Amino acid sequence: MARKSHVQTTINDETVEFLCEPRQSLLEVLRDELHLTGAKEGCNNGNCGACSVILDGRLVNSCLVLGVETDGKSMETIEGLADPDKLHPIQDAFLENAALQCGICTPGFIMSAKALLDNNPNPTEHEVRYWLAGNLCRCTGYDKIVRAVLDAAEAT
Amino acid sequence: MQSFEYIDAKTVSEAVALLDEKGDQARLLAGGTDLIVQAREGRRSLDWMIDIKSIPEVNELAYDSETGLTLGAAVPCYQIYAVEAICEAYPGLVDATKIIGGTAIQGRAAVGGNLCNASPAADCIPPLIVLNATCVIAGPNGEREIPVEDFCTGPGQTVLAKGEMLVSLKLPAPQQNSSSFYLRFIPRNEMDIAVVGAGASVVLDDAKQRIVSARIALGAVAPTPLFAEDAGALLTDKEISDDVIDEAAQAAQAIARPISDMRGTAEQRTHLVGVLTRRALNGAIQRVREAA
Amino acid sequence: MSEKKEYKVIGTRPIRHDGVDKVTGRAIYGADFQITGLLHGRVLRSPHAHARIVSIDTSHAEAYPGVKGVVTAQDLPAAEDKMADLGEGAVNLKYLCDNILASDKVLYKGHAIAAVAATSPHIAEEACELIDVEYELLPPVLEVREAMEPDAPILHENLTTSSLGDEDDKPTNIASHLQHKKGDIEKGFDEADVVIERGFVTGTVHQGYIEPHNATAHYNQDGQLTVWCSTQGAFTVREQLAEILQYPVSKIKVVPLEIGGGFGGKINVYIKPVAALLAKKTGKPVKVLMNRADVFEGTGPTPASYITIKMGAKKDGKITAAQTSLAFEAGAYPGSPVGAGAMCVFAPYNIENVLIDGYDVVVNKPKSAPYRAPGATNAAFGTETVVDELAEELNIDPLELRLMNGAKEGDRRPDGPVYPRIGFIETLEAAKEHPHYTSANGKKYHGRGIASGFWFNIGLESSVTINVNPDGTINLVEGSTDIGGTRASIAMQAAEVLGIPAESVNPTVVDTNSIGYTAVTGGSRTTYATGYAAYEAAQDVVKQMKARAAKLWEVDEDNVQFADGEFSSINGKEEQMSFRDLSGKLSQTGGPVVGRATMDPAGAGGAFATHVVDVEVDVETGKVEILRYTATQDAGKAIHPSYVEGQIQGGVVQGIGWALNEEYIYNAEGEMTNASFLDYRMPTCLDLPMIDAVIVEVPNPGHPYGVRGVGEVPIVPPPAAIANAIYDAIGIRMTELPMSPDRLLKAMGKI
Repeated sequence: MARKSHVQTTINDETVEFLCEPRQSLLEVLRDELHLTGAKEGCNNGNCGACSVILDGRLVNSCLVLGVETDGKSMETIEGLADPDKLHPIQDAFLENAALQCGICTPGFIMSAKALLDNNPNPTEHEVRYWLAGNLCRCTGYDKIVRAVLDAAEAT
Repeated sequence: MQSFEYIDAKTVSEAVALLDEKGDQARLLAGGTDLIVQAREGRRSLDWMIDIKSIPEVNELAYDSETGLTLGAAVPCYQIYAVEAICEAYPGLVDATKIIGGTAIQGRAAVGGNLCNASPAADCIPPLIVLNATCVIAGPNGEREIPVEDFCTGPGQTVLAKGEMLVSLKLPAPQQNSSSFYLRFIPRNEMDIAVVGAGASVVLDDAKQRIVSARIALGAVAPTPLFAEDAGALLTDKEISDDVIDEAAQAAQAIARPISDMRGTAEQRTHLVGVLTRRALNGAIQRVREAA
Repeated sequence: MSEKKEYKVIGTRPIRHDGVDKVTGRAIYGADFQITGLLHGRVLRSPHAHARIVSIDTSHAEAYPGVKGVVTAQDLPAAEDKMADLGEGAVNLKYLCDNILASDKVLYKGHAIAAVAATSPHIAEEACELIDVEYELLPPVLEVREAMEPDAPILHENLTTSSLGDEDDKPTNIASHLQHKKGDIEKGFDEADVVIERGFVTGTVHQGYIEPHNATAHYNQDGQLTVWCSTQGAFTVREQLAEILQYPVSKIKVVPLEIGGGFGGKINVYIKPVAALLAKKTGKPVKVLMNRADVFEGTGPTPASYITIKMGAKKDGKITAAQTSLAFEAGAYPGSPVGAGAMCVFAPYNIENVLIDGYDVVVNKPKSAPYRAPGATNAAFGTETVVDELAEELNIDPLELRLMNGAKEGDRRPDGPVYPRIGFIETLEAAKEHPHYTSANGKKYHGRGIASGFWFNIGLESSVTINVNPDGTINLVEGSTDIGGTRASIAMQAAEVLGIPAESVNPTVVDTNSIGYTAVTGGSRTTYATGYAAYEAAQDVVKQMKARAAKLWEVDEDNVQFADGEFSSINGKEEQMSFRDLSGKLSQTGGPVVGRATMDPAGAGGAFATHVVDVEVDVETGKVEILRYTATQDAGKAIHPSYVEGQIQGGVVQGIGWALNEEYIYNAEGEMTNASFLDYRMPTCLDLPMIDAVIVEVPNPGHPYGVRGVGEVPIVPPPAAIANAIYDAIGIRMTELPMSPDRLLKAMGKI
């Protein structure tokens, strides 16, 4: 087994240090080492988006990033999105639109939507659907998710 | 997933030396969207993963309307389509970068990685071929350049010799009245691997009625992406018509030698080569005409 | 429609109670569970579709550094061919156990053989590769018609056909044959002016929930087994564990964590007993997770099927006869949903003469599991396509033909039950009046299709307790795991009774030690049956609090009434007190109030749906684009309309996936070649338009608020509706699912 590496990174504006094996993905590190379990494993090969996080400002699948690659980088996860006393507008929009059923895909969708709105504050329905195509939801049929993201764009 | 060592290489020469020393058991890591999955699923055995993203040359993204584009091997898709001038000059390549995986994949996946992974269905390779891209390869004996159509030698196989790495791709500046187009057929609208892919580039006359020259390339219909050179050549100096486009499409179909697998049947793929070649050519022609 | 009742809470759209946890990433799903000293388990699975296990050598794996224990079928208690009662019907215990860890044969690629517990998931995975299994390969059989052939490879040497109560003694793959008869089928076809007969094939599809199966188990030194997991039913997990491990239910506690989708696929247990065996062997808590390929290859898909449908009608549109043969793939062990398919196949229509035959057939695929209205979608694909064709032959609008023959209150379903008040006709009328149906549809290669569907819904056991808090709120304790917002829909029913806002209810889903028996979240039963229990528990609270008011006011209990959240006295003293104020006086009047109810309600009330879809066919590529989709459905009474719409939209989209691209693709060796989200091709949001969900409310007489289950029926009509739309677009009847681009190209003669 390869020796563990020491990694120092920034997660949700906090400096975080951890040890990991090179083969551990960022998703494994977040969940198993740091107990940030908001990012989910749905497929572990980049096809469902449940593990989406924002790494140096860019949406990525954390299952396709090695933990060791994040040394010196900065990331945002679902756990850092809300303020202590209020939700992020995208989170509010998901609740108001009933845009979740089982909720397992929800953190990934919200992070993906955040990356979209950071990039394009006024997307069309088609742009929302294109951007979110990498996030699978099996419960909702996407209707209310798309509406929630469009509503959040209006609200921000 | 098997255990491996991770090395963050800082220079081309360091990466080349490591590759030369470790041989087959070392792989270069750029976006990792193919490599990490292959290692995890046991489809590729490796002892060393050499991260090249700290190497300046592989991150270069420079476009000049005179000299063309230098595209570092590790530049992720999203950086390419973020540059307006690149979108205008190489729309066929940009088509591919926008349909690889989902948005999150495009945040990591690199055109150079797509090429080195050498999948027959790689979306970036047909447009690179029709855009006359050249591969800049560094190795223990210095640099060499080869045309992109000669890079892949089989599924997952390339011309890279022991110790060699792809540093960048060079695309010539677009000619007057030219454009390019890439499309693929997939059963869904996103997130699939091409059942067939087709890229085309055309140079038209000033009146935009005649084809001066054309290049066509195909994906997922042979062990490597195919440069349909003869099919493109059929269009040289031809008046644009449905008939000449059909003729080129049929010539493209004639060289396709697809297999049947879970993504499509051989008959379906051969049929689609005709459909997609027509659509790619018409798409490229339309782009020239719309450019005003 | 009956008179509309006025409600304060029901029919509104409050924020769901578990919402904040789920949008902030704080909700703990099965795989998120952490506990000190945790080991990680991994299951070794068969690479072959059909083989005899000659030997298993685990010694190399056991010796691998970091490995703490290895288990095989040898670690399970010896299972005989006895029947285990699992509440929802008897199951052969040997089959049940063999599907957990194969003992003598592997019957599908992905069949679990052994498992390793180690200090990291990677080590467990590496150690699995060190287990040596010697196989004697056998030819697989992968398709239901081939499996029914007399010379087909046999999966179970001791399996014989149970046919209409009789047992044949010849080994076979046909586990059972069932039949329903109504009227005189010959006479019915003789009366018909038009008779259509078609054969239909449907592919093997998966529920496709995003969360893989998971389980963490721990044995205490006193023998107490605790299992933390995501499941559709904690109590059914407890029952299955008790049978498989031959362990008393009193020693098993199942703690349901949040569940990331199920759709029927998280009722059967797979790795939960394996986690328990590993925990027992190692003395440590062990977490076992599946990866996505494990989920596709090792857990229940819904069966492929071959269905023939023959229907006859008179010129005036009266359907006189309907006959079907339904052959369903059970997967490796008996138990396909062919029975449910047979109940639903002609259910939307009042037909005098019907003959239904159903066959449950084993093949070398994973054991099938329920999937949203199990069996009904397969059946409706056949029926609704033939009804469309009848309409065309008779030159009657397909919606009108359905209106002419649609089942109503008092009609008898072919398998026996007589309908109470149902809302099928109302769904048809809602579709007929919808702007979608009345809009123009005439563009080249565009087509419109309609189809209807039925699901019977179930009741089963539910328990609820309500603890009244001194501030006038309540804590509602329930045993139904919440997959799609049922905390809210159950809480709202209690709130309505008590006259308090939905927000004044704190609903909690608890473990099997903390609530009365509650059946699975499935069968569209939860808002109906657990909601009914919440209603009754709230009534119990009202009853007890009336007594407290009587005590306070020194009046007779019978003289206290409760309405709109206010207690008041009648016949004498003018006293009034709100639910909230009285809640604050419980400690002075005798202590806490706990309401309770446990139910097994019989009046689930069937659900009907009618869908309208517009498609565009790319005739050069065979690809079908969904342009517009409208689904009308009788919800009885929508408690939380947003989540009813969500159920409809989600079901529709699963149906669209089933219709167009989803299927298990096998090679000749019986290996699934597309066991990933990349190649299984579930719809993404870019593949869809908005889905217009139209709620029709024909109250169910079997529920105090008129609730009907809504979760399942929306998946039933889409494949047929889309097939009918494709016919409208290009004039070709597709009779095989999925209607994927290559199949369309073939049907059009392009390849």
